[in-house]
Amino acid sequence: MSLDLPLVFAALMGLAILLYVVLDGYDLGVGMLMPAADAREQETMVASIGPFWDANETWLVLGVGILLVAFPAAHGIVLGALYLPVAAMLIGLMLRGVAFEFRVKAEGWHRELWNWLFWFGSFLASFAQGLMLGRYITGFHSGFGYYLFAMLVGASLCGGYVLLGATWLIFKTEGALQKKALAWARWGLIWVALGVALVSLATPFVSTTVQAKWFDFPRTLALMLLPAATLASGWLVWATTGRLRRGEREWDWMPLAATVAIFALAFAGLAYSLFPYVVMDRMTIWEAASHPSALKFMLVGVVIVLPFLIAYTAFAYRVFRGKARAGLYE
Amino acid sequence: MISAPMDTSDVLLLARAQFGLNIAFHILFPSLTIALGWILFYFRIRYARSGDPAWLATYKLWTKVFALSFAMGVVSGITMSFQFGTNWPGYMHKVGNIAGPLLAYEVLTAFFLEATFLGVMLFGMNRVPGWVHIFASAMVAIGTTVSAFWILALNSWMQTPAGHVMDGGQIIAGDWLQVIFNPSFPYRIIHMLLASGLTASFVVAGLSAWRLLRVGDDVSARKTLRTGLVLAAVLAPLQVWVGDLHGLNTLEHQPAKIAAMEAIWKTGKGVPLVLFAIPDDEKRRNDFSIEIPKGASWILKHDGEAELKGIDAFAPDVPPVAPVFFAFRVMVGMGVLMLLAAWGGVWATRRGMLPQRWMLWTFSAFTFAGWIATLAGWLVTGILRTADAAGGVSGAQLGASLTGYIITYTVMLLAYMVVLTHLAGKGAHA
Repeated sequence: MSLDLPLVFAALMGLAILLYVVLDGYDLGVGMLMPAADAREQETMVASIGPFWDANETWLVLGVGILLVAFPAAHGIVLGALYLPVAAMLIGLMLRGVAFEFRVKAEGWHRELWNWLFWFGSFLASFAQGLMLGRYITGFHSGFGYYLFAMLVGASLCGGYVLLGATWLIFKTEGALQKKALAWARWGLIWVALGVALVSLATPFVSTTVQAKWFDFPRTLALMLLPAATLASGWLVWATTGRLRRGEREWDWMPLAATVAIFALAFAGLAYSLFPYVVMDRMTIWEAASHPSALKFMLVGVVIVLPFLIAYTAFAYRVFRGKARAGLYE
Repeated sequence: MISAPMDTSDVLLLARAQFGLNIAFHILFPSLTIALGWILFYFRIRYARSGDPAWLATYKLWTKVFALSFAMGVVSGITMSFQFGTNWPGYMHKVGNIAGPLLAYEVLTAFFLEATFLGVMLFGMNRVPGWVHIFASAMVAIGTTVSAFWILALNSWMQTPAGHVMDGGQIIAGDWLQVIFNPSFPYRIIHMLLASGLTASFVVAGLSAWRLLRVGDDVSARKTLRTGLVLAAVLAPLQVWVGDLHGLNTLEHQPAKIAAMEAIWKTGKGVPLVLFAIPDDEKRRNDFSIEIPKGASWILKHDGEAELKGIDAFAPDVPPVAPVFFAFRVMVGMGVLMLLAAWGGVWATRRGMLPQRWMLWTFSAFTFAGWIATLAGWLVTGILRTADAAGGVSGAQLGASLTGYIITYTVMLLAYMVVLTHLAGKGAHA
């Protein structure tokens, strides 16, 4: 039996994008939460993401890289249609990336300026990513309703990243900052719940393809497991943050884990809606795929490199395990 | 409001300008970090061997410079991965089955390696045993070098393609080893690695000189000034030699490019070397030229009477002469100046001597000399050769985003230089 290479690469691309969203999501979320913390807390927040953010963003390069090299025809269409939000996202990512480095070396009002740019860049990148998602899942149709929908997704994704960032801080910090993060997480959860509900309800209306896939009895019943599990994960975030607020010290990782589950479930739902299209209603993964010789050669690399990649990523997280402390460069 | 519809050639120009700007901006930072990673590794080893706190302070200062430069490279590199398909779709359409996998290998084997171990290198010194930290520093340096390997493989394949076959109208790889190790690859990769070494050593020497100017004397800055100058003094002549070999390789595989670089319009024997001129692409001749008789024949064929092909031999597919000619002269000119500065500097710092202030000023002025040479070098290479129509992106969108990029890049570059000089001014013990 020969391997269905486009399918394999679609799965890899999905994995890379999901990992990017979860990993860069928490550090973008921490960036957006910066103004809500005082100066000392900000140092701890930055220290908690310092060792990771470079590698986190690399998953975006891999995801887009796979789109470019495995599905070149789709790369042009998708990113061409999303040109402005992509540019906004890139400028946001650039600003926050360099602001992260510059703020440590700056003093006085310079540091304030870089702090502000760090927040602004994080927000711009997050909102633009949501906008891209909103435009993408509706097949880039133009019209007021579609743009409104995209803005809605943009706002929801910001809420999602704030939730990820807050639960990351619950896991990685302690004391007063952790207390604050618990409150942020609950606000983030409400925001996400609203966003996910609106998007889930709106998506079938803006796309008949999606509607047909979800409202198809009896399959619909099995599919309802996804929203049910999402609800359960949301409840878990709410319940565990409540316990931690009452002074419980165990299970500080649980809100983060449950949030990651929400993202993974939402992602699975989206993947189900889209498959087998790489451009909604226009181009399937097989139509967009590049030549088998190119895909085979890349697959060899992926199979060899991926175990190492996972191993040293795990190693880095192990080195920086435990609660983060300010004073990053000491 | 009425706006005239944009000519497709204007849209194409904007798309190319944007892509060119991003490449030029991006290349600045890898060209520094490739070699700086190894210089850091050297500092780290010196500290591990000696236990001297001055080496530790030096190492810590330069990891900050590295982190800053690396971050600039990462964020501008992300931009590149998006624009390959949007600003240059014809490119992926034509050679995507070759270019794609090479880029993918870069991400897989280099980007993750350097980004992940950079975290350990920057923030993990007190959390891991010494040898693990040294290992992380080595991985970062290896990562940046491997990254250069794949990009140069792709770039040189585009210049001197090999190992590919046609399959149903698509260009695909027949033999990946031949694709990667294509005829000009060994010359280009070594040329680029040496260029990076020179760029980094002048940044190290230049910022150290700046520190010495600010405070008069500083143990750490003396060490790094000497390190940078010695490294540059060794690499500069090597670069001249490799550059010459590279030129001969180009003559063999891309004679039209040599004709443009040297502004040779007519095929002939005993061709003079044009030191300076203003090439006129319209009239196909040089104005105000200063020449060395038989020089080009001698340099390129090592025989003063040898025949060289001129631009006329390649008509009508003629490359633009003036930009390549000038860029080549800027590159070589900068190279010669850097060689002189490095040798003078090694002499001036012999036996632990502190150079005179005018020399320190010179080194400071040369801090980013490598960038000028590198950019000129890439212009000679001509990476923007095969642009086709920009797909589906309107001129207005391109214009708006280009404005955004220009503002962002200007702010970033200015801030980068200010912070670098600020860091250097504070010195290693701050």
